[in-house]
Amino acid sequence: MAQDGSPDVKTGEVLRFALRGLAANKLRSGLTTLGIMIGVAAVILLVAVGSGASASIEQSIAGLGTNVLTVSRAGGQGSTARPLTVEDAKALVDPLGAPDVKASSPVVSTPVTAVSGGTSYDVPQLIGTNPEYFSTSNSAVASGSLFTADDVSFGRKVLVLGPTTAQELFAGADPVGEQVLLDNIQFTVIGVLQSKGSSGLANADDTAIAPLTAVQNSLTGYGQVNQILVQSTSADSMSAAQAEITAILSARHRIAANQTPDFRVLSQEQLLATRTTATETFTVLLASVAAISLLVGGIGVTNIMLVTVTERIREIGIRKAIGATRGVILGQFLTEATLLSLFGGALGVAAGVVGSQFTIAGITPVVVPGSIFLAFGVSALIGLFFGSYPAGRAASLRPIEALRHD
Amino acid sequence: MNPVIEVTALHKTYGTGETEVHALRGVDLTVWSGEYLAIMGASGSGKSTLLNVLGCLDVPTRGTYKLDGIDVGDLNERQLSLVRNRKIGFVFQSYNLVPRTSALSNVELPLIYAGVGRRERRKRAVAALEMVGLADRSGHKPNQLSGGQQQRVALARALVTGPAMVLADEPTGNLDSESTDEVLAVFDRLNRIGRTIVMITHEDHVAGRAARTVRVSDGQIVEDTSRWHRTGALT
Repeated sequence: MAQDGSPDVKTGEVLRFALRGLAANKLRSGLTTLGIMIGVAAVILLVAVGSGASASIEQSIAGLGTNVLTVSRAGGQGSTARPLTVEDAKALVDPLGAPDVKASSPVVSTPVTAVSGGTSYDVPQLIGTNPEYFSTSNSAVASGSLFTADDVSFGRKVLVLGPTTAQELFAGADPVGEQVLLDNIQFTVIGVLQSKGSSGLANADDTAIAPLTAVQNSLTGYGQVNQILVQSTSADSMSAAQAEITAILSARHRIAANQTPDFRVLSQEQLLATRTTATETFTVLLASVAAISLLVGGIGVTNIMLVTVTERIREIGIRKAIGATRGVILGQFLTEATLLSLFGGALGVAAGVVGSQFTIAGITPVVVPGSIFLAFGVSALIGLFFGSYPAGRAASLRPIEALRHD
Repeated sequence: MNPVIEVTALHKTYGTGETEVHALRGVDLTVWSGEYLAIMGASGSGKSTLLNVLGCLDVPTRGTYKLDGIDVGDLNERQLSLVRNRKIGFVFQSYNLVPRTSALSNVELPLIYAGVGRRERRKRAVAALEMVGLADRSGHKPNQLSGGQQQRVALARALVTGPAMVLADEPTGNLDSESTDEVLAVFDRLNRIGRTIVMITHEDHVAGRAARTVRVSDGQIVEDTSRWHRTGALT
């Protein structure tokens, strides 16, 4: 009998029905598409910004120099940990006890207000250190000269500026030989560093470096140092150097073998790992904001499909009267919803990728291919998910009531 | 010869309790293949309910309905859709063409739902439009056609699947006399080539075209007359 035959309505026909339905109200379809597009573009763009931020942190840590280990105090302020001292730094340069350590620089840092002529500028960090710091941190001079071991011994108030600081204070004029007041202490500029490139979150060029003794004498006092920057002899000797540093400092700080040391020795990779955790949180935060906008777009699809179904109740009645099964009607409206969100998804991918070419808030976004596939796939699923309620409503309409509808 | 419609003790009740409405109270009706039947009755008489049941758009509360030998009461919703598609051609008072869709596409629609391939579909739709005299209007959208033309497109759509019967609900209700004549002429032609037609109308001159007239009142058939031999009132 005829009713047992399975009518097989071609997929192409359902697609044509759906396209015709969408074309019937182009403005509305366009605006709904826009909602999805913004959501998808936001996901791609914000994930790109997040990964751009971690890429720039990676770059800035790489900019610290090669084969560098950072020794810092463990525990917060007020802890019982012994502070790091200049003597600790000196003790690390020991050809017998620490053959893998090439150089060691104690670092004190403090924010200062720099004044030159009529210009005042807040320098985020004034670094007091010894000359080895320059080679360890990959800092090269662009004009003038760097300070020497003599300058440190005599506590001369000389200053090497980062390029950003130099630009802020002297606006393009040559600062070498000029006087700068750092918190009312007079320093003489002897050199300007080459640019290391801005990293977005922390600008390595926005700095000023002076001899350790001069900074301690006039600004920070002769207490602890903030950290010790150590360079190992080669990349392969990093872990050996790390072990030697730990041994020497443990002895000096009287840490027993079973005790947790009151200092930390971190390599670039380890430093990177801790920073990466922070940026991952940041990326997840951005991605969830974007996901919410995608959800809002999806609700827009439901909304507009409900309107469409209500508007076309009569048409649905006609189609059912002449033999459209529930499944075909469901398919038609699901296809409409899915096409809407797929169009939106495709445009959103384009917008997201184009938008990622621009620098946003000092961060160069890095497009993550996975986020494109994810956002596009999710937008297709959104069509199915958010379209299923209106489509189900259309499919379950009773033909006589639908035909009676004005 | 087999009956196309065989209805026995058909009841249809809407609502429950106080608001219960008996739209049909025991209808018996047999329509043979090739008949041209007009159903008449005042509004509220139950004739529209009868048409909905005959068109498989609504299911009776009690009683049996056999369409072309199939007991419709046994069918699920999906099977009813298929029966509507294969066995019944609908013509409505308000034409009910799908808007923004050409005459040809409208006529093709039932064939799409029947799963007929594109080429075959096109051929049959063009033939159906030729039969109603609108082959030259196949590309027109409903809003570019007159009422009479729209109704003839609807007729082409109703007969394109080769249904067991054409079911028409006041097909000339919205038409002027000239269009009415055009549309009725098509019905006459269809009946002459052996199509079964069941038509609801309240106009005597429209019913006069049919060979047999059934009057419905208060949910029952009160009169069943044939132009050739009167069978008298049935209760």
